[in-house]
Amino acid sequence: MTIGSDLNIILPEIVLSVFALFALVGAAYAGKDKLGPLLVWVTSALMAAVGVWIGMSGDGTNIAFNGMFVDDGFSRFAKVTILLSAAAVLLMSQEYMARRDLLRFEYPLLVALAAVGMMMMVSAGDLIALYMGLELQSLALYVVAALRRDSVKSTEAGLKYFVLGALSSGLLLYGASLVYGYSGTTLFSGIVQTAEHGQVSLGLLFGIVFLVAGLAFKVSAVPFHMWTPDVYEGSPTPITAFFATAPKVAAMGLFARVLFDAFDGAVADWSQIIALLSLLSMFLGAVAAIGQRNIKRLMAYSSIAHMGYALMGLASGTELGVQAMLIYMAIYVTMNVGTFAFILMMERDGAPVVDIDALNMYSKAEPGKALAMLVLLFSLAGVPPMLGFFGKLYVLRAAYEGGLAWLAVAGVVASVIGAFYYLRIVYYMYFGEEREALDRTNPPVLWGLLMISAVAMVVGIVNMFGVEGAAAAAAAVLVN
Amino acid sequence: MSAFAFYLFAICVVAGGFFTVISRNPVHSVLWLILAFLSSSGLFVLLGAEFVAMLMIVVYVGAVAVLFLFVVMMLDVDFAELKAEMAKYMPLALLIGVVILMQFVMAYGAWETNPAADGLRAQVTPVDKHNTEALGAILYDQYFLLFQLSGLILLVAMIGAIVLTLRHRTDVKRQDILAQIYRDPAKAMELKDVKPGEGL
Amino acid sequence: METIILFAPLIGAIICGFGWWIIGETAAQWTATGLLFLACLLSWVVFFSFDGVTQQIPVMRFIESGTLATDWAIRLDRLTAIMLIVVTTVSALVHLYSFGYMDHDPQWNEGESYKPRFFAYLSFFTFAMLALITSDNLVQMFFGWEGVGVASYLLIGFYYRKPSANAAAIKAFVVNRVGDFGFALGIFALFFLTDSINFSDIFASAPTLAETRVTFLWSEWNAVEIVAFLLFIGAMGKSAQLLLHTWLPDAMEGPTPVSALIHAATMVTAGVFLVCRMSPIMEFAPHATAFITVMGAATAFFAATVGLVQTDIKRVIAYSTCSQLGYMFVAAGVGMYSAAMFHLFTHAFFKALLFLGAGSVIHAMHHEQDMMNYGNLRKKIPYTFWAMMIGTLAITGVGIPLTTIGFAGFLSKDAIIESAYAGGSGFGFWALVIAAFMTSFYSWRLIFLTFFGKERGDKHTHEHAHESPMVMLIPLGVLSLGAVFAGMIWYNQFFGHADQVGKFYGIPVAEAHADDHAKDATNGDDHAKADDHGKAKDDDHGGDKAYGGDHHYAFVGKLGEGALYMAPDNHVLDDAHAAPKWVKVSPFIAMVLGLALAYLFYIVNPALPKRLAENQRPLYLFLKNKWYFDELYDAVIVGPIKALGRLLWKGGDGSIIDGFLNGVAMGIVPFFTRLAGRAQSGYIFTYAFWMVIGIAAFVTWMTLGGGAN
Repeated sequence: MTIGSDLNIILPEIVLSVFALFALVGAAYAGKDKLGPLLVWVTSALMAAVGVWIGMSGDGTNIAFNGMFVDDGFSRFAKVTILLSAAAVLLMSQEYMARRDLLRFEYPLLVALAAVGMMMMVSAGDLIALYMGLELQSLALYVVAALRRDSVKSTEAGLKYFVLGALSSGLLLYGASLVYGYSGTTLFSGIVQTAEHGQVSLGLLFGIVFLVAGLAFKVSAVPFHMWTPDVYEGSPTPITAFFATAPKVAAMGLFARVLFDAFDGAVADWSQIIALLSLLSMFLGAVAAIGQRNIKRLMAYSSIAHMGYALMGLASGTELGVQAMLIYMAIYVTMNVGTFAFILMMERDGAPVVDIDALNMYSKAEPGKALAMLVLLFSLAGVPPMLGFFGKLYVLRAAYEGGLAWLAVAGVVASVIGAFYYLRIVYYMYFGEEREALDRTNPPVLWGLLMISAVAMVVGIVNMFGVEGAAAAAAAVLVN
Repeated sequence: MSAFAFYLFAICVVAGGFFTVISRNPVHSVLWLILAFLSSSGLFVLLGAEFVAMLMIVVYVGAVAVLFLFVVMMLDVDFAELKAEMAKYMPLALLIGVVILMQFVMAYGAWETNPAADGLRAQVTPVDKHNTEALGAILYDQYFLLFQLSGLILLVAMIGAIVLTLRHRTDVKRQDILAQIYRDPAKAMELKDVKPGEGL
Repeated sequence: METIILFAPLIGAIICGFGWWIIGETAAQWTATGLLFLACLLSWVVFFSFDGVTQQIPVMRFIESGTLATDWAIRLDRLTAIMLIVVTTVSALVHLYSFGYMDHDPQWNEGESYKPRFFAYLSFFTFAMLALITSDNLVQMFFGWEGVGVASYLLIGFYYRKPSANAAAIKAFVVNRVGDFGFALGIFALFFLTDSINFSDIFASAPTLAETRVTFLWSEWNAVEIVAFLLFIGAMGKSAQLLLHTWLPDAMEGPTPVSALIHAATMVTAGVFLVCRMSPIMEFAPHATAFITVMGAATAFFAATVGLVQTDIKRVIAYSTCSQLGYMFVAAGVGMYSAAMFHLFTHAFFKALLFLGAGSVIHAMHHEQDMMNYGNLRKKIPYTFWAMMIGTLAITGVGIPLTTIGFAGFLSKDAIIESAYAGGSGFGFWALVIAAFMTSFYSWRLIFLTFFGKERGDKHTHEHAHESPMVMLIPLGVLSLGAVFAGMIWYNQFFGHADQVGKFYGIPVAEAHADDHAKDATNGDDHAKADDHGKAKDDDHGGDKAYGGDHHYAFVGKLGEGALYMAPDNHVLDDAHAAPKWVKVSPFIAMVLGLALAYLFYIVNPALPKRLAENQRPLYLFLKNKWYFDELYDAVIVGPIKALGRLLWKGGDGSIIDGFLNGVAMGIVPFFTRLAGRAQSGYIFTYAFWMVIGIAAFVTWMTLGGGAN
């Protein structure tokens, strides 16, 4: 038993976990919450460093722990995205949380442990490992959602998330047990051998459906999305930003890994379900967001719609589809980091403001930020030539070439509907009537991330910073 | 004999679960749940997994169910009101329940297992080891990663519980052992020479 | 050097247009003007140092898409060299002139900045025009073609507060679209047929094209004919030939320097340039060139008739431009491209001179443009008067018959008329001679009405009429020199002996049959060369007679070798020289008659024109209303299209599309939004319920659909 080589393969995860353990004990004995800001910076730096390390070092496909843990190009792509976005969002939260006395020293460590869970998710090669990673991540998220424990909304958000998450975990486990019952193993590599197309039994299909339902809850795909607006609204804004970025990438990565690694033989079956999820998500996200005045709820629906597009890539069931999904997620995360950086800066007399009416004539007060937000909103809406457009283009193409032309058409229609609420914010910012102005605070971290993300939306169209090629390589590993 | 025992336990599990859901009194629900747990541990015994069976009783019946009981009794939740709200959805819920049930009947009626599955499946009872020994071996060997992950999950749960509930109240007196130990008469006492007939 | 010429105006435009608020208005204007003078100077250097061999100077990789691959390159040959000096000289002078003319424009309020914009447009126009004439392929040319269109639109509509200026700008743009459509089709056809857009490839394949047949619209055509025809449609639009001419007179709404630069000297000649540039194609398309000849002659005639009765000083000159462009097309149509270029060249000088002179008059008269309100201005503005006189002498073609001494227009116009005769186009010849008569009449009419007779306008205005400042007079002086001498100096190169012309354009010339005659001619020619240009003419004319009907020279250039291609059997040059004397004298007689008639009408008996107009009222109105072209177009084309547009807009777009979209956007989508909002009840069990419903739906679907297979 060469546990040494196995440990070597999961070294990044170990580093992050051990850091969390030591920091936890250390901080508990020295200084406690006074160390909060420092820990945020250190954790963020460490996550970014690990992300860079994974991106630079790994190559090939390494399997550890009898196939339960898979380290390949796909997982590395997802991990880099997860870690970098988590690091960015964590940084964004420092100032906001500290000012509102929310910066407990456990917070960065919970985020780090959630990141470990996400890394396990995208590397899972076994149903149990999948569940473990998922729970590790989810539990940490339930806690941080309720972090503002004196606020009814925040507590409610945590509780709702927890209860519904438990339900979804139940569905997922039920599906997993059905799959185990059919195939006699929990290893993806074993399942894929038994689940050949043409001899997929109804029981196995049920298993897949339940599994997909459990995962769809995590990516907040319709109709398993209902928690999203409430949790996004109730949680402290930096945590909402966190929810909207890294966990989505992890869940999408897990989704792709299960579907392609374990159920490659049943593409024709699950692609129907995914296509339906995608269709519902795109339309509900677009339609329901129109009624929202609260920008956090609006972003919740926006993320639902975006997940619909990412799922469209998966639904095509092809290599191009996975590549499109990965590109889409990378772009989506970048956009959301910038957008939430902007939302975090929306304050009046030091108190956070979430009503989109408050943005009336924002361009007059802060032309630079308004312009950056305009770029981001255009990109979210998928207006060319912003990067968001190319993300959509990719998934639409994947869907079309995967034989799902109807889904691509529906995607275009939904994006037209969805453009309304993004552009409405632009309208308020540039043509609205003047109201009581927002504070003109520009914390350097938030301002910087907003600008970087906005500039990336414009500059990225040149070569997407090389993401295209990396995603293609990742997809090629997954779909073989 | 064992067939009789199996069906007895199995029926008890199903009935326990069913009544857990439908009983009006929450305390009754928990009691039904305990019955379900006990019966399932009986099923484990029948399989020859006595260690797991005992765990079921110790952990689920002894700890989890009792905790539930406490919670249910201590929290004053008006279940009747909630039920009334839910009653609106009852017809639709019933319909969906029936539909799902029918699907399951279809799926399990035509249940088939992959021919290769039985070969892949682990044996229920180990050949020449104790159950406990076999479990230990598998936990610390084959499932080492998962075991450690479970540890992390429990850690997160613990941190969560602390973060969400622990409050440092400043208006409460606390015992500070270090301060107590470091106290000596010189610090703690002040000798005053009180003259008779005079106050301080 | 060529690259500098091409890009200097662009840089000037950018600096002037965007940088003026940094460096200041005056500095910006001087930057643009200075860069243009630089370009102008270099152009003259290029013109004189050019040796006749076509050069291609690559600037950058332009397009690469499938089999379409081409560089952005400058094609430097004689045609380009001629156009370079025309464009840059006139443009530089117009820039200078604008300093005076655009000062204190009444269209703008005090403190509003408009001058840098004007100069930037002018410079941008110059860049686009240079891009057009230096192009090495059709797409590059099309870029310049559209670029000048845009600049023209911007400049015609420069006074954007005047509704009429906006309307004129739009009209110019739209009418040009019609022509551009033809041009674009021509480019497509050439690319379709030759798989290349480079001139060299296209020229080389001209003979093959002549034997290719191609299906277009409803029937089969000779490929080269259809291509030549389509290209000419483009040229018609840009050069305001009959049917597509209506925009040019309206374009006079723009400031006068613009009219001088764009609508007289440069842009409108782009069509002529195009036909000359495509001479290898044209030479193989006898039917298309015949069509060009007819259209050109008809335009020359038509525009001249309209010019007779116009009273707006700029419109008279505009119709005159239209008419002169017709002359050039006739020359190109009969295969005498060199004569067309000659007239283009001289015309640029005297027409720009006339426009700038007219601008000076308008400036002096406080933006009064109606000639009926002028009169007796020659004392008030003597320099302008003399400049206009020179321009008029040039355009009407004053010179000594049967010699080569005369004003620029005399030589070039006579060359065209002789070519038309020699080219065998009887209609062309007679139309041009009559047009020459009318040209003379309306040009002198302009002079007499403006500078002689009684003061008819507002007394106050007349009293305050003043000579223009120096910056406006210098350009007039320079152009006057051109109008006087340009013809005499370059007559031999443009319209002299075949070998001189050939040398000028870089086309090899071979001696044809009749050896002994040829020898004589060669001797005579050597002799002629030794002499001064002007004197040599007598010998030439003598020589012409000596050849009689024989053709001693033939152009034997390979396709695309020189600047022009003239088929070996193209003897129009020789034939023109050999034309009978009465042909050569006829334009002069026409000119004298026109002058005499104008003198009679406007000096001797000023009441006569009015009486004539009343007697011949229908004819007068017909001419006054420009043959009712605008009205006809309004009724036949503009009206129905507007009606159709309104139908599609109000009915199709407004009711059906907008109605549908608004219905969806304001009815159906909000309905679902409300529904989604209501589903979001806030209760956990509702959410859980939805999840279960979802599961049930998926499971059912799988059982019904997925499980079956």
